[in-house]
Amino acid sequence: MISPTKEELITINLNGLEVEVPNGMNAVEAAALHGHEVPHYCYHPKLSVAGNCRMCLVEMGTPMRDRATGEPILEEDGSPKIGWVPKPVIGCATNVSSGMHLRTESDLVSECREGIMEFLLVNHPLDCPICDQAGECRLQEFATDYGRGYSRYVERKNVKPKRTRLGPRVTLDDERCILCSRCIRFSQEVAKDDVLGFVDRGSFSTLTCFPGKELSNNYSLNTVDICPVGALTSTDFRFKMRVWFLKESKSICVESSAGCNTTVSSREGVIQRITPCRNDLVNDTWMTDSGREIYKTVRSEDRILRPSVKGEDQPLNETISSAVNILQENKIGLVASCHSTLEEQILTKKLADLTKAEIFLRGHFGEDDGILLSADRSPNLRGALVTGLIQEYPEDNLLALNDAITKGDVEVLLVMNEDLIKSGISEENLAKVKVVYIGTHSNSSSQNADIVLPGLSVFEKGGSFINRSFLLQSFELCIPGPVGLKSQAEVLSAIIAQLSNEECISTNLDSIWELVNSGQIDLLSSITYADLKVAPVQLDGSRWSQLNFVEKEALNYRPLAS
Amino acid sequence: MAKTVVLERKPLSLSERTYLPQIVTGLKTTFSNMFKPKVTLQYPEEKPVIPNNYRGVPTLVKDPNGREKCVSCQLCEFVCPPKAIRITPGSVPDDQEDREHVEKAPQEFEINMLRCIYCGYCQEVCPEEAIFLQDQYSSSGYSREEMVNNKQKLYELGGTLPDHHYKWDKKKEAEELGNAH
Repeated sequence: MISPTKEELITINLNGLEVEVPNGMNAVEAAALHGHEVPHYCYHPKLSVAGNCRMCLVEMGTPMRDRATGEPILEEDGSPKIGWVPKPVIGCATNVSSGMHLRTESDLVSECREGIMEFLLVNHPLDCPICDQAGECRLQEFATDYGRGYSRYVERKNVKPKRTRLGPRVTLDDERCILCSRCIRFSQEVAKDDVLGFVDRGSFSTLTCFPGKELSNNYSLNTVDICPVGALTSTDFRFKMRVWFLKESKSICVESSAGCNTTVSSREGVIQRITPCRNDLVNDTWMTDSGREIYKTVRSEDRILRPSVKGEDQPLNETISSAVNILQENKIGLVASCHSTLEEQILTKKLADLTKAEIFLRGHFGEDDGILLSADRSPNLRGALVTGLIQEYPEDNLLALNDAITKGDVEVLLVMNEDLIKSGISEENLAKVKVVYIGTHSNSSSQNADIVLPGLSVFEKGGSFINRSFLLQSFELCIPGPVGLKSQAEVLSAIIAQLSNEECISTNLDSIWELVNSGQIDLLSSITYADLKVAPVQLDGSRWSQLNFVEKEALNYRPLAS
Repeated sequence: MAKTVVLERKPLSLSERTYLPQIVTGLKTTFSNMFKPKVTLQYPEEKPVIPNNYRGVPTLVKDPNGREKCVSCQLCEFVCPPKAIRITPGSVPDDQEDREHVEKAPQEFEINMLRCIYCGYCQEVCPEEAIFLQDQYSSSGYSREEMVNNKQKLYELGGTLPDHHYKWDKKKEAEELGNAH
């Protein structure tokens, strides 16, 4: 991981033009900064430099100096004489320094690239029609951009195993591997699970797991993402869909409070895979394997697809009216959720104020892996703090609510997505209260609810979450929701409108944010949703520094000093 | 206002009044055609000869070893202008002996003949020479569902075509001839 040592800018000469780049940046990044692509396979901005693919060869030179006097040697026209390194150097391991000259587009460089491409393609199978990488393959792209265009190779190509199982989620096609070692470095440096290595020599070299080990850690699918060719493939996505059919949308992983930025790929409203999206403030270019599985819940069997009153399907509007009738009673308890988006939490708070309901909230906690799976297994607990739903850090149960029901303080419950029995409410107590459930999937709350209002999953709506570093990030709609369903925000605002006899608040996210800007929450008052869609906003979480947050120090995260 | 001029009709000649020359001319044409070769076909009892390179109904073909050639790369689905093709890709289990070295094949392959415009792009784009527009030109059905050719129907229509490549055999040969690692 070569990163610029200082933020100071230096001047280098790139292809004959004087340009400014940060000191110590490598030549690949420096050239990219000024619009010159230096093709590379083994170099990855978030991994150490290996320098084994030789694709990023560039010409490098420095101004010459007289050895005896140290005086600069000048050309006849008075310009400094450049001592070019006689052979090209690799750009990924060349750090720029002041006055350095680089050529990334000379004849020598393009000849080098042609030669390297030819060697890489010698034993590469012509698998593109069945290769999952086709369409997003660096080898395909660079072969057309920098390759010779035809093959001079007449000998027989190497044959290697085509489907080696490296782990439960990763399948290796040995023939396609170009031995860049990105996956090996990732396993060592990021996942800290050193299981991969090369065996054998020359063209026999093969990627393999160490004896008795397998690539089974929770970050194994990142090796598939960083593989520049189609050698490492995801067993789940293998042969499922060609990538050029996929529509990509930016989303946020809801697995934990890390808030990984993701790219959700879907075709015709069906999600095919989730991959990480680079964000250097949050997840670099990684995400967990378990987070990639979440799309399977969208079409799972326990998804609630119809609004119902006492177990009978009803139209949505009538169901909302029946919910409003129940919520007009006294002694209302409101179980908010840290899985709700910030906008939904704002509406939940408004509803709680309107009905004078007591708010209960359950945290979901697990093991912290110190990378991107934080101990807080909900995406938006910080949101509940910011919106004022809770003041104290929540417990991983709802025993307080159980006591309140036992005492008779709560007779009606509005539940957002929470499983009441699993949260510690006794069945006897659950039978005592009337329950209105708003959520996406069936659980003990929905099964015992008088009124069930289905909602949309995180992929079917837009919104925002606040992650563990108090970074407010928005996500966009990826796929359309099931027919006839409305988002939780729309359902909540319809209930609020009917309860307060006012007109329905527009559920356009921009107008919810206008509501926010009108002043109730000071931390968010200067933010507009339009800005948020462009870039995440860092909030100041220092006022909650005395709370005992469960997250441990991890990738790009430091706990607030308490 | 223009004045209408009534023209006198010329009187008919004798030959015109008997009609005979006209009848004879007509019969000449009739009789001459009776002895010329026929140019019409008794369709549908008789079928026309379809020339090579005719763009008929798109079909899937097998190689002479009876193996399916399509690897479900979905390029035809991508290139199809009216979006008539729909493929569900699938993988071939490792242990099928007659399909060694084949990794991927379509699970389902549908061509909607109500949408197909017989442009032949699918045949042109196919990297495996698996889809051909052959000599079938009439397809009919009583319902929309019948007009969607599924994988089984497409292979029935396509049959086997001579193959110049024998891709899977070559792969097997390469493995046996010592380039295997």
